[in-house]
Amino acid sequence: MKENIMEILGPLKTENPSSLILPRKNSCCSSPAPVSDAPSSCGSGEDAPSWTRGLHQSPVGPLLIVSNALTFIDLFHHFRARTSAYRMNLAVKPGLYASGNPVAESDVLVTANYKLSLDALRKNISGLDAWILVLDTAGINVWCAAGKGTFGTDELVKRISLAGLDKCVKHRRIIVPQLGAPGVSSGDVKRRTGFTVYFGPVEAADIKKYISQGYRADDRMRKVKFGVMDRLILTPMELNSIIRKLPWYLLFVMVFSGLTTEGVLFGKALTLGCPLTVAALAAIISGALITPVLLPLVPFRSFAVKGWIWGAASMAGLYFFTDIFIGLENVMLAAVMICFPLLSSYLALQFTGATTFTNISGVRREMRFALPVYIAGLAVSSVLLIIYKTMELINS
Amino acid sequence: MKYISSKITLEFMADSCTGCGRCVEVCPHGVFAMEGDRAVLKARDRCMECGACARNCDYGALKVNAGVGCASAIITGMIRGTEPSCDCGSSGTACCG
Repeated sequence: MKENIMEILGPLKTENPSSLILPRKNSCCSSPAPVSDAPSSCGSGEDAPSWTRGLHQSPVGPLLIVSNALTFIDLFHHFRARTSAYRMNLAVKPGLYASGNPVAESDVLVTANYKLSLDALRKNISGLDAWILVLDTAGINVWCAAGKGTFGTDELVKRISLAGLDKCVKHRRIIVPQLGAPGVSSGDVKRRTGFTVYFGPVEAADIKKYISQGYRADDRMRKVKFGVMDRLILTPMELNSIIRKLPWYLLFVMVFSGLTTEGVLFGKALTLGCPLTVAALAAIISGALITPVLLPLVPFRSFAVKGWIWGAASMAGLYFFTDIFIGLENVMLAAVMICFPLLSSYLALQFTGATTFTNISGVRREMRFALPVYIAGLAVSSVLLIIYKTMELINS
Repeated sequence: MKYISSKITLEFMADSCTGCGRCVEVCPHGVFAMEGDRAVLKARDRCMECGACARNCDYGALKVNAGVGCASAIITGMIRGTEPSCDCGSSGTACCG
């Protein structure tokens, strides 16, 4: 990941030139305490990241000041992160940063070294003088990293000590996002560092209010929401990954449909290929888009069942309201009706990982039921395809 | 929205609870509430087994088999013969954003 950081380092944005104390090319090496324990990349001409705006002179040396406004570059990162594996490149350097002009009494806010996490934090704390401690989570967001343990007690303890936090602040409070709690034991952090963990609100947008209320979060701030927009924004990732596999499916469909004793015929390939392609696309949209977006609409709790219902509905829709399946042999129609609702179900099941409320015991339970059904469905569909092709080749 | 709750592994040993309120604070689904000087399970069926409460209970009053409720992580684990793993990429980095 370290190399990848270089790719996102843009030119220094000099919103506040007066705060520039050191020349930019030397921003990290002239500091006695670099912002992380990573090998210094000085000499390679590392520029300050585009989302910083100068340096803050702290008791542990100059620290990068984060900008509190998002730029077009940041929004472009967000777009790419939501649609492709590009998010893997969005790691920022772990360590201590400044927001505004933090002093010894200023609060310490902890986050992950995933750029979207840091962006969410910095844009919501404009006007607040605070220290930002970025943990090394390998570029993963706070909640996921907490689940894996990389946003965890050990890493937090290590960063507190590496950053020399006790020299920067007189108090002993650190504000950790509530969603970091699966990885961070507040008791252990206190015992090992003397710092008291204050679990902040779920949303970075509530941090200022949380602090102004005397480090108290309302019940509302403590709960994770998962509204229709939250769900929608997560769908392109799954759609993208499955659509990448589509060319292989199309190739299979064309060869299978066009296969005759005379070789593969293009005309024949289209007659059967079209309905099979439309059906597959409908199943993908049902499982990876409609099911997630309309998640509460189907009353069943199982994602596999929700996805199957939307998949079956879309196949029924194609059958009754379009003529795309007209001309399909019954054997082929049966294969379509078995296979594609199950594909939709499978894709819906994958969405469990993107949600905020599924529990692993429940996912295990529905998988124990669903996986054998998928395998059986695939086997039956394959047999039907073989029967279909054999009959066709014999009759020709 | 509720998810399948019949297999949730969350256990609360009320006798060990000192009423510090940490679990109420860290739970993202309002599973706990304070009642008098102790915590109570208010909505156990909303538990997502993230493990935040158990990790932050200094008195051992909470137990849960924590994990991420993610089908692909479980499948990846099955294929590799390991525990469920979010590492879908060979680089060992994220699949979850």
